[in-house]
Amino acid sequence: MSEPAAKASRWALWLPLGLFGLFVALVLYGLMRPASHDIPSAMIGKPLPEFNLPAAQPDRPGLKRADLATGKPRLLNIFASWCIPCAAEAAQLSELARQGVEIDGIAIRDHPEDLAGFLSRYGNPYARIGADDVSSVQLALGSSGVPETFVIDGQGTIRYQHIGDIRPDQIPLILQKLAEAGQ
Amino acid sequence: MNRFLAMILLLAAALPTPLHADDRLPPAPYAYRQLEDPAQEQQAQTLMQTLRCLVCQGQSIADSDAPMAGDMRNLVRQRIAAGEDPEAIRQWLIERYGDYVSYAPRIPSSTWPLFAMPLAILLLAFVLLRRRFSRPEETP
Repeated sequence: MSEPAAKASRWALWLPLGLFGLFVALVLYGLMRPASHDIPSAMIGKPLPEFNLPAAQPDRPGLKRADLATGKPRLLNIFASWCIPCAAEAAQLSELARQGVEIDGIAIRDHPEDLAGFLSRYGNPYARIGADDVSSVQLALGSSGVPETFVIDGQGTIRYQHIGDIRPDQIPLILQKLAEAGQ
Repeated sequence: MNRFLAMILLLAAALPTPLHADDRLPPAPYAYRQLEDPAQEQQAQTLMQTLRCLVCQGQSIADSDAPMAGDMRNLVRQRIAAGEDPEAIRQWLIERYGDYVSYAPRIPSSTWPLFAMPLAILLLAFVLLRRRFSRPEETP
């Protein structure tokens, strides 16, 4: 064997170990990275789908697509009375409503009595509440759980999706997304 | 006799009652009901087994008892009953949830190296082995 060939084979000897090291690094990276179970909607930036939901409560109208394209950004909150994080989020929604944000709700698989109890207990920041008994609008929006909040701009385009409950420190973020949608 | 009855009542009271943190609505019409046409039901089943339950994530909607999976089965069955093509329904869901919702692998996207790599390794192995086995014939 010639000299350069021997050198090359000596170098090649370390190649499997190097590959193994790379593999271990990849596995460690995958293990250390915090797992996210959020499933972002692929509908962000797209117009809202057409829908028309009946009223979930006698004192508030139902919700259809046209109600959300009013020329002004609005929040669309997907919630349910049986959802515990939704109760935790209610105070933040009330605060947003107090600051003049218009919020519409979609109640998922909810019983009217349960919903009435939930609203009287945690407050009712909603202008309209649509009843989605078979999650049809939720599925059409690409939403995969409750609560989720969408920022809808004046033309009825979905601009932002907030997955999970809105925490007190996230109110500025929501206001900022609403402002961006209004530009 | 009265003591016996009291004991039974006491036992019944001691049994754990399930805590209902979930909704009280009955499941969607086609969540647990098969379609009347067996051929359509078969189509729906095949599709449902390859769609991911979004709240349980490791299960298909055919396997899950989560209410949302029931609503997704309802959607699949109603659309198939209306004559929609199963692949069109899958596409409709992918447009909303991304490729994540489907268990059926798609080759053209970011995943093509996964499919190309085994073929490349096989080809490389074949070339290396051929060179090794043909060497003794060349040297004499």
